[in-house]
Amino acid sequence: MNNEVPQSTDHQRVVDLVIAGLPKRRRAEKRFRAYGLISIIAGLLFLVLLFSSIISKGYTAFIYTNVALDITYDAEKIDPEGTRKPDSLANGDYDALWKASLFRLFPDVTDRQKKRTLSAFMGSSAGQRLRDRVLSKPELIGATETLWLPVDDNIDMLAKGRLGQEDEFSERLKDSQAWLKILQGKGLVRKSLNTEFFTNGDSREPDAAGIWGAVIGSAFTLLVTISLSLPIGIAAAIYLEEFAPRNRWTDLIEVNINNLAAVPSIVFGLLGLAVFINLFGFPRSSPLVGGLVLTLMTLPVIIIAGRSALKSVPPSVREAALGVGASSVQMVFDHVLPLAMPGMLTGAIIGLARALGESAPLLMIGMVAFIVDVPTSMSSPSTVLPVQIYLWADSPERAFTERTSAAILVLLAFLIVMNGLAVYLRKRYERRW
Amino acid sequence: MEKSTLLILVLLLSIAAFYMGAQKARGIAGQSETRRLHSLPGFYGYYMALWAAMPALALIMVWFIAEGPIITAGAVAVLPPELTEAPPEQLSLMVNDIRNAVSGSSPGELDPAIRHAAERFLQLGHYSNTLLSILVLCINMGGALFAYKRIDINFRARNKVEKVLTLFLIACALVAIFTTVGIVLSVLIESLRFFQKVPVTEFLFGLKWSPQIAIRSDQVGSSGAFGSVPLITGTLLISMVAMVVAVPIGLLSAIYLSEYSGPKFRATAKPLLEILAGIPTVVYGFFAALVVTPFIRDLGARTGLDVSSESALAAGLVMGIMIIPFVSSLSDDFINAVPQALRDGAYALGATQSETIRQVVMPAALPGVVGGILLAVSRAIGETMIVVMAAGLGANLTFNPLEAVTTVTTQIVTLLVGDQEFDSPKTLAAFALGLLLFLLTLALNIIALRIVRKYREQYE
Repeated sequence: MNNEVPQSTDHQRVVDLVIAGLPKRRRAEKRFRAYGLISIIAGLLFLVLLFSSIISKGYTAFIYTNVALDITYDAEKIDPEGTRKPDSLANGDYDALWKASLFRLFPDVTDRQKKRTLSAFMGSSAGQRLRDRVLSKPELIGATETLWLPVDDNIDMLAKGRLGQEDEFSERLKDSQAWLKILQGKGLVRKSLNTEFFTNGDSREPDAAGIWGAVIGSAFTLLVTISLSLPIGIAAAIYLEEFAPRNRWTDLIEVNINNLAAVPSIVFGLLGLAVFINLFGFPRSSPLVGGLVLTLMTLPVIIIAGRSALKSVPPSVREAALGVGASSVQMVFDHVLPLAMPGMLTGAIIGLARALGESAPLLMIGMVAFIVDVPTSMSSPSTVLPVQIYLWADSPERAFTERTSAAILVLLAFLIVMNGLAVYLRKRYERRW
Repeated sequence: MEKSTLLILVLLLSIAAFYMGAQKARGIAGQSETRRLHSLPGFYGYYMALWAAMPALALIMVWFIAEGPIITAGAVAVLPPELTEAPPEQLSLMVNDIRNAVSGSSPGELDPAIRHAAERFLQLGHYSNTLLSILVLCINMGGALFAYKRIDINFRARNKVEKVLTLFLIACALVAIFTTVGIVLSVLIESLRFFQKVPVTEFLFGLKWSPQIAIRSDQVGSSGAFGSVPLITGTLLISMVAMVVAVPIGLLSAIYLSEYSGPKFRATAKPLLEILAGIPTVVYGFFAALVVTPFIRDLGARTGLDVSSESALAAGLVMGIMIIPFVSSLSDDFINAVPQALRDGAYALGATQSETIRQVVMPAALPGVVGGILLAVSRAIGETMIVVMAAGLGANLTFNPLEAVTTVTTQIVTLLVGDQEFDSPKTLAAFALGLLLFLLTLALNIIALRIVRKYREQYE
């Protein structure tokens, strides 16, 4: 009995200690919890920052400033030989037409410097548009009409207020600003959808540069990737999961695939350069080689996803198929594969989305070339959307920043659609056994 | 006939063969008596289609690879001898001229010899296509006929078709091996050629990297320096900054998501965080160059620190953001794999939730988390676009994250993008760097995958 008293006081002391420590421990608990929440919020904040900075920089590229000008199709300028033949018409000085119209609007501009500034008011595609019009309708020569024409990219930036404070402007910009205000006062300025951004190939001039060439290049490249990586990846997954005996060879293949999934993408580019281009002599910069490289890169992703989809099909399905007399190949292809297909496709789409956004290996095989023409075949030189973004991001012109962001928005839209499709597939066909 | 048309024709003929085979099998078996056949009629069709398609496709493939060099050799052979005796570099330029002339994209007037060779090239290409078309159609028909004759009531078509199918599956699984072999061989061979020009020791231990190779030998600074140490330190510096950002944020958010948050919060926050992993790296690169780099530079200017305009800090920071979801989803897996019994035991002893996490769950999940972090490091080291767009080009041997450094991947890109002559040490150096990068990430991956694998088995 006696020795119970010190025990209970001991116990009492421990409890006191615990109770005394509790506030501190509770604070630590709260702190720890807050750290976790703060981390998640920080991650989401980065996401918001990323999207908001790109959207705020890029959304203006989808609209473009146009000015209404009275164009007189002066035969002396566009057809000096007077033959009215398409050949000689194509070589006319169409920029002179809008320049003349602008000088009529601003007759007080006589200073040489200012005249030169005014001569750079409209974009490089303004003259082109006039030429196309005349070539398709030669009877316009000599007539006058009012047309909405795109301004130069610097003026466009000015109109969108992207060039900062007015008091920091150079003399030339101040002049342009003044003219723009006069034109705006007359209601001759409007913003319209920038269709050229979607329909043109690349260009050195920001106002004529578009993403169509890159979109088509991406489409060709992805087509090669899909048509190779999907069948090969699914077949490899089926073999490894359903037929392969467990031995050293299949172990080696497995380790290999896991490793390949973690090899830096640029190394695949080096492989493409050394093997497909230098060894096989496939055309440089072509979607064919790009697609092959991306195939090798996405295969491990597709195989790993495919195997886990096959794994999730319960053995009872297999046993039932074998029980009614199917061969093992029939069992896999007629019973297991249809059930695993949605899961496999989900993984494949995610892998392909990554391939669509990939650029580093494509730099290695020459898809960074400056290519104006829209690619027409698997072997014509082309670029892809992410590489186009990289090229534009490197360009010093102010207007390219806007275009880069807009191209990113287009790329992200494609990726969202692809990932959305994957999520839809998973939601629609996911089965719990 | 063009190869693409030929390909389509072969496929169409094979489909026709399928129907013929199946039809014949049904015919042999008699009305609705397919039971008497060894295999289902479809298998006879597949058997015939395979015989029609496979040899023909194989021939087209071989032709496709072998045709180019042979035709080029034929075209070069008609060049006058004084041109063909030129050194190999000039010859390859000439071949290029011929190719351009063929595609009609060569600028200006053509050398008559080149034009003659180009005509020869076109002519040979024409012959080659005609010959291929005839051969392929013969083989296609012949194969189909052979298979058609063999179809019989006791013929084991299913076994044959399944055998071919299994071989196809095995071949597909072997692609992974070939890819690895291809990577190793391609970087190794070029690297060996590089090490003939630059000693291995200089590459591995040299402290100076400036791959400028002079065009003329008498130019100043004609010998480039190929010491990879500053590149490796630069890569590690940026990766370290990235991990300093990604590990705490990734790990803590994984802990919060798996231990604290309710299912609803988890179901929204986790996919949102994973969006970060799905954004293309070129977008991160643009973000780094446009937003983060100027921000850090201004911040440095305001606080009086000397920050380089392409600081390692900016590139590392953005790379860290990219890696957050990678760290968090891997850690999440491992934290979830810790058995609930361990947590319950800790709670029973009176530990608070955070004490349980810190002293019980984390130590139990640690090996897996470390493996995951190693995988993340390997990804940071191999990351290309962010550093190409936001890090510097000058090789600096420094550990100060405020200075500009360059990385292995940046140098590979700058060495290989743009005009390149294939035998210069500059180009070969890129492959040596590629080898270095491959081995570095391979070692990290193997260690990490081993840890992860071992750990996964522990609680299963």
